[in-house]
Amino acid sequence: MSNQVIDPNVVQGTLAVNERIKGESKNLRGTITEDLSDEITGGFTADNFQLIRFHGMYQQDDRDIRAERAKQKLEPLHNVMLRARMPGGIITPKQWLAIDEFADTHTSYGSIRLTTRQTFQFHGVLKPNIKLMHQTLNSIGIDSIATAGDVNRNVLCTSNPVESALHQQAYEWATKISEHLLPRTRAYAEVWLDGEKVEETNSPVEPILGDNYLPRKFKTTVVIPPSNDIDVHANDLNFVAISDGTDLIGFNVLVGGGLAMTFGDKSTYPRRADDFGFIKLADTLAFAEAVVTTQRDWGNRVNRKNAKTKYTLDRVGIDTFKSEVEKRTGIAFEASKPYEFTSRGDRIGWVEGIDNKHHLTLFIENGRIKDNDQGALKTGVRKIAEIHKGDLRMTANQNLIIAGVAKADKAEIERIALEHGLIDSAQSNQRQNSMACVAFPTCPLAMAEAERFLPEYVTQIEGLLGKHGISDEHIIFRVTGCPNGCGRAMLAEIGLVGRGPDKYNLYLGGNTQGTRVPKLHKENINSAEILTIIDELIGQWVAGRNEAECFGDFVIRVGIVAEVKNSARDFHD
Amino acid sequence: MLVKANTDSSASLNTEQLKQLQQVSQQFTPLQLAWASGYLAAKSENPGNQVAPSAEASTAAKLTILYGSQTGNAKGVASQVESAAKSAGMQVSTFNMADYKGKNLKNESHVLVITSTNGEGEPPDDAIALHEFLGSKRAPKLPNLNYSVLALGDSSYEFFCQTGKDFDEMLSKLGAKALSPRIDCDLDYQQPAKDWQDTVLKDVASQLKATTADVVQLPLESANSSQTSQYSKENPFTATILANQKITGRDSNKVVQHIEIDLSDSGITYQPGDALGIFPLNDKALVADIAALLKLDVSESVSVNDKETSLEQALISDLEITKLNKASIVAWAELADNAELTSLLANAEQLRDLINGVQFIDFAKKYPAKVSAQQLVATLAALTPRLYSIASSQADVEEEVHLTVGLVEYQVGDEQRLGCASGFLIERLQEDDEVRVFIEHNNNFRLPENPETATIMIGPGTGVAPFRAFIQQRSAEEASGKNWLFFGDQTFTQDFLYQVEWQAYLKSGELSRMDVAFSRDQAEKIYVQDKLKAQGSEVFAWLESGAHLYICGDMSRMAKDVHQALIEIISEHGQKSAEQAQEYLKQLRINKRYQKDVY
Repeated sequence: MSNQVIDPNVVQGTLAVNERIKGESKNLRGTITEDLSDEITGGFTADNFQLIRFHGMYQQDDRDIRAERAKQKLEPLHNVMLRARMPGGIITPKQWLAIDEFADTHTSYGSIRLTTRQTFQFHGVLKPNIKLMHQTLNSIGIDSIATAGDVNRNVLCTSNPVESALHQQAYEWATKISEHLLPRTRAYAEVWLDGEKVEETNSPVEPILGDNYLPRKFKTTVVIPPSNDIDVHANDLNFVAISDGTDLIGFNVLVGGGLAMTFGDKSTYPRRADDFGFIKLADTLAFAEAVVTTQRDWGNRVNRKNAKTKYTLDRVGIDTFKSEVEKRTGIAFEASKPYEFTSRGDRIGWVEGIDNKHHLTLFIENGRIKDNDQGALKTGVRKIAEIHKGDLRMTANQNLIIAGVAKADKAEIERIALEHGLIDSAQSNQRQNSMACVAFPTCPLAMAEAERFLPEYVTQIEGLLGKHGISDEHIIFRVTGCPNGCGRAMLAEIGLVGRGPDKYNLYLGGNTQGTRVPKLHKENINSAEILTIIDELIGQWVAGRNEAECFGDFVIRVGIVAEVKNSARDFHD
Repeated sequence: MLVKANTDSSASLNTEQLKQLQQVSQQFTPLQLAWASGYLAAKSENPGNQVAPSAEASTAAKLTILYGSQTGNAKGVASQVESAAKSAGMQVSTFNMADYKGKNLKNESHVLVITSTNGEGEPPDDAIALHEFLGSKRAPKLPNLNYSVLALGDSSYEFFCQTGKDFDEMLSKLGAKALSPRIDCDLDYQQPAKDWQDTVLKDVASQLKATTADVVQLPLESANSSQTSQYSKENPFTATILANQKITGRDSNKVVQHIEIDLSDSGITYQPGDALGIFPLNDKALVADIAALLKLDVSESVSVNDKETSLEQALISDLEITKLNKASIVAWAELADNAELTSLLANAEQLRDLINGVQFIDFAKKYPAKVSAQQLVATLAALTPRLYSIASSQADVEEEVHLTVGLVEYQVGDEQRLGCASGFLIERLQEDDEVRVFIEHNNNFRLPENPETATIMIGPGTGVAPFRAFIQQRSAEEASGKNWLFFGDQTFTQDFLYQVEWQAYLKSGELSRMDVAFSRDQAEKIYVQDKLKAQGSEVFAWLESGAHLYICGDMSRMAKDVHQALIEIISEHGQKSAEQAQEYLKQLRINKRYQKDVY
């Protein structure tokens, strides 16, 4: 045998605990099946608690009543959240009706959540109903494989119904990339669908992900400029669609974005993705695979906090990483093709596509589809799904598009939407450009409120805009309950990151296109103090801005915060 | 225990010695007194010799690490300290605070506390119980404990490292000695944590080496000592409520409370399987309603049991006003002169329904009568104490007794009616309130004498109470016999009584198996007898190898259904006819291997 050569690009040291868990998991099976028949707890035991994530679920509990239940000598109200795998977020009306019914009958919250990962989530599914959930989804052609855990997660794709031909091509690539990078293990089918137990004969079972899977989560997008709705800089790997005017010809490849950080650990930071160059369409899967396998081999498996692709890039050097990808594909990157991002929001309301079909984008606050006092949103979407002949598209901004409506059907769909509060002309631009993650009461990581706090807080910001005479304008405003950053606050003009009950770090200086990371302005202050600061800053912006200068650009130009140019160097100073 | 002066005997103590002994013994709890008497007896048999310290004493000379973690940092530090201590050759146990019984602190010599603090200065979830315990009046004195605290926190908060500070202060107040001062760490905690670890482990190592086993531990077994208590049903002890906690979830259809009662200084002892007698008091508001209905003045003087008292006091503490009995119905019928009621007396079934399901006030509304206060008093039966199966073992809870009480409640029109004792205990008694109690021994519901004998316990609903006592006892005795518990109720999420305790016993192996039946969690109803039958062959195998079988709970349905299920199991898996299976169970009963506590 040859001497093992130590690769200088691999971090040496004791492997992180999760590496043992993955390694001993029998390709993600663990002892999940045993846990399912354990009637004494509603939760999963040690390793399985992690492993179910690779099957698209997180164990959560109702945090509002955790202390109360501890006193009652009852375990936390364990349940799971499921995140479906829906590349590009397209779902058929028939599928929608099935998930609508499941949400009603088998989830404790009775809601469907549209998420920033452009898919839906069920929240509050008790252990005895988990298999039924997967089997229900399977019967309508949906799974939740690899939507969480150290794998390539749900692949996003710009929701652009107008340029329908281009979108169709991009969407097909999103699906192909998703499927190419999926785990090959049969664990999902065996554990949840009662699939036949078959010996895994290939070695390794996982030719792309590796049998220890990736060092950390990995996020991929396909984006169609000028929209940056999927927020490329929040993702490890991005394919920027380049067309010849009508058809897709290839992609610019952006690598190494990501927003998560850990408070108190300056070796972690939100980081923009780097442009590696242009590739031809036919080489797409080869490049996707090469970026993933390079990160698989070089990503930090010793310290999970530094395990994401963005840190690998900064550690080995962008050029080293890029040439390794070229070496693995045998193809060199070409010079990037020009493109421009101009916006990130969804165009709410009706648009007509180049195929003469009509598309209605519904603004769904926080992506939360549930019947409540404000309206019967869930019933409304169900009634639309019952008659709709096109499809439904979930957006990375947590909105829902009723896509492909014939002119003749427009009126009826609009009538249903109006009747159920799905169209509300009073919704401001500001509300439509505000976003929050789920946070309390279900997310175990949340340090502060986000989703529950946003609607009322946006009302107050609307008040401030009105006070300064710019009611129709907006500032990209995002709240995330913890520094992991699901709410993408680290690409907002004003971003709040939760620290504790009603305590946030206030970041300023992202831009409307989502190409700049904001900078810390004030640390650990409460929401009332933040409102006072925003009030003052809007006043300065209105008085001193250049023409069409967005809030984020203004605060940097006048020196309220410094611009973050290279996160590794200047985010924390 | 009374020490009498006996100046005549040469063996007696001199005045100074006697004073010392009296002073010392005054501080003892009854259990300690019992132990001390044994200690002195042993000493007198080996004059001049040191009483050998018990084996437990040396096990106390170890290091215990307790962590309270929210995000995992404190847990991580705890595991680093544990490894370092082990490498240094120390005997170490590490516990998540959530899994640690606060009472055990008094048996510890060296404890390291590592804890984070939540946002507004409150303890992390896992530390809540221990934090609360140490701050409560139940916290034991800790004169033998040496400790140090590492607090993790975030200095941008007002209550920086508050939980660590709290533990430090509470332990110090309880008499524990700080080894090295508490360290408060900010977000960059790694280095200060390491420094603390190095310092504190050095201290612990030198002390552990120096510690000779000079602490004589109080053996828990002395709980069943021969001393007798002066208290009885005739002379009940006035005890204090320590805790009155609902243990069904917020969406449960039922209210079940876990009630802890303080027996300190009573000398009362009990065994698992015994019941606690409670003298309930009736609800003052209900008494007022009855008086109003009958147009009587509550302050009117009446004679009950040859003593003069007010009508109100009589109805609250002396007379039965929630449950009817036949004598009181007959007496009332004479006063009411109501044809329907008179004819009802001849109908046994209707009479039974009245007795079982109607409270006096609703009865008196339906069959009105004009009565005087004294006539009312003469009509009603005397209020009797209620018995509850005890849910604790003194081997674990020492001078406390625990109950598991289900609230009896139902609606009559718009009015809520409560059971007499359950309404008293749950709705009207709070922490620090008093209740009169006594022990009702039950020798027909006892753990096997042999600690190696297996048990099968079937206790749905509040019927699980005595099995909590059984497991506490077997756990304290380190009995090696296997224990299998069957529990059932309406729903898993809301009605799993003592769920986290069973989980801990399963984890430690003190409970070998547990099967649960939640009737309303699926379309078809599943009960404990169904679970029993599903495990039939295993149940039969346990019985064949000598297991004892216990049933506690509802007599009218559950116990019958379980009995029938057992007959089916025995006949199926033992290839016996129904008669032979009956005979098999009968033999078990005769041999005291099949015991019931049903009501």
